[in-house]
Amino acid sequence: MFRRLHEVARPVLRFRLDGEPVEGREGDSVAAALLALGRDACRETAVSGAARGGYCMMGVCFDCLVVIDGTGNRQACLVPLREGMSVETQHGRREPGR
Amino acid sequence: MSDEYDIVIIGAGPAGMSAATAAVAQGASVLLLDEGAGPGGQIYRAVTTTPLTDRAVLGPDYWKGAAIATAFAAAGATYQPGATVWHLDAERRVGFSVDGQARLVQAGQVVMATGAQERPFPVAGWTLPGVLSAGAAQTLLKAQGLAATGRVVLAGCGPLLWLFAAQSVAAGLPPSLILDTTPRSNWGRALPHLPSFLATPYARKGLALMARVRRAVPIVSGVTELAIEGEVHAERVVYRRGIRAPVTVPVDHVLLHQGVTPNLNLPAAAGCALDWNEAQACFQPRTDEWGATSLPGLFLAGDGAGIAGAETAASRGALAGLAAAAALGRLSETARDRLAAPMRARLTRQMRGRAFLDALYRPATAFRRAAEEALACRCEEVTGRMLRETAERLQVSGPNQMKTFLRCGMGPCQGRLCGLTVTEAIAQARGVSPVEVGYYRLRSPVKPLTVAEFASLPNTEEERLAVERG
Ligand SMILES: Cc1cc2nc3c(=O)[nH]c(=O)nc-3n(C[C@H](O)[C@@H](O)[C@H](O)COP(=O)(O)OP(=O)(O)OC[C@H]3O[C@@H](n4cnc5c(N)ncnc54)[C@H](O)[C@@H]3O)c2cc1C
Ligand code: FES
Repeated sequence: MFRRLHEVARPVLRFRLDGEPVEGREGDSVAAALLALGRDACRETAVSGAARGGYCMMGVCFDCLVVIDGTGNRQACLVPLREGMSVETQHGRREPGR
Repeated sequence: MSDEYDIVIIGAGPAGMSAATAAVAQGASVLLLDEGAGPGGQIYRAVTTTPLTDRAVLGPDYWKGAAIATAFAAAGATYQPGATVWHLDAERRVGFSVDGQARLVQAGQVVMATGAQERPFPVAGWTLPGVLSAGAAQTLLKAQGLAATGRVVLAGCGPLLWLFAAQSVAAGLPPSLILDTTPRSNWGRALPHLPSFLATPYARKGLALMARVRRAVPIVSGVTELAIEGEVHAERVVYRRGIRAPVTVPVDHVLLHQGVTPNLNLPAAAGCALDWNEAQACFQPRTDEWGATSLPGLFLAGDGAGIAGAETAASRGALAGLAAAAALGRLSETARDRLAAPMRARLTRQMRGRAFLDALYRPATAFRRAAEEALACRCEEVTGRMLRETAERLQVSGPNQMKTFLRCGMGPCQGRLCGLTVTEAIAQARGVSPVEVGYYRLRSPVKPLTVAEFASLPNTEEERLAVERG
């Protein structure tokens, strides 16, 4: 589990994760918000269906791919979390832009 | 934002920010593009926004970035954060996307300051949820003030591993165990460089930092084998030291790191020549003393041009910024050389001690090649065994051929997490140097582009085709 250090006091952002209302903080990337919620996995691979989560947090591994507001293949570690966002676990391979 | 700039710089780390500051000072119009949410690059990630106000946690070297970011902001370059650059070519056209909107700009000169990535660490189980790179955990600490809790095992080697351990100790959440994979045999090769390393300020700082870590964290050194096990999450680490019996440790998180290597995709796809760096066991784009690549008008500065650390990245960035401005006639070569002289002197000082670090922390061969059961290619799920068997049986000559056999390198990461592993696996099977094997042939776009992004390009059909062909 990733925990916020006690000195971190940033405004709460509400968003939806697979339809459920959850909270992150301002300044979070989508990937950071998921890790803070204890969600270490955010997708299933296209090849074997294994669960994966982001590995690098800097945009190189592409293991943090999620569906954001209906658009698949978004790199969760590079997308800043926004109030009201809808984030979904990504299952398998998705065509770009869908 | 306009459609043309004198200089387009890619990357807002110390190299890119310093290049921008230097070029703007010569009157050049500068656009700086970076994928991140704010300036800083990897070392100074979130330096203008980090929630960690206690400066002792990230340490004084991190906070040096604040002055570089302030100078960059004051210089007045056009800065576009959140901009993913997916195209660069020899005609100096730069394609990038912000928020799903794609654009092309024309640059007079280009400075790539795209930095480094962590070297792949293909041990069995490194793809399990709960396993991150140490750099990832450090990025979460810097940018969000997040730290891994529970039983956290930090494994690998290199100065950054120790730095991150020290930062975690200072944050009050030290890892539970460090598994040090630095090969003992490296000491023999590093020792001749020790005296010059000891004469640098890095030696004293580094030793003090390691001492702070040693007081707070149990350390197992001489680790020669490593695997992570678990059903759907990392549950155990199994390690060995030489011929001793394997040891199993229960874990909640595993953080892996074995050094950093230059980001190759953008310069390689643009057509820049690459060289093999044997001391650092990685490819790096060929550059001269100004950062000029093999293609006219394309410069590359900072760790993306060869790993030498953040201080040298800033110096190399400023030199490339000056050289790019001079190439546009903004200053004479004499003026350029005069301004560069103190920067070069600084760079020489900053480079001291590097040979020692390179020799000591060169990762073990066993950890640079994928373990039999490990996924060498995370995207297409190709194991170390598949690589080795294919290389041996089919006499695979290079990574591009391996790609057609196994699909490795075909996934969304475009070989970033398997390229070096595949090259070294083939080199071993053929009994030749990685120089002969080469690297994946990389193509534009270097980041996947959606159909909608492509369609949003407000440019002419001709330009679109140029990008598409890449
Ligand atoms: C995860 C990580 C953490 C590190 N932490 C430290 C540390 O704490 N201390 C230390 O001494 N060294 C650290 N390093 C080493 C690092 O290489 C530094 O020496 C330094 O950050 C290098 O500076 P740079 O300007 O060359 O590149 P960087 O600082 O890496 O900056 C490169 C920038 O380019 C951007 N970029 C890359 N490709 C693209 C693209 N296609 N489109 C748009 N933007 C792009 C990136 O977003 C990044 O901001 C770290 C390296 C990594 C990989
Ligand atoms: S975590 Fe690696 S690309 Fe996002």
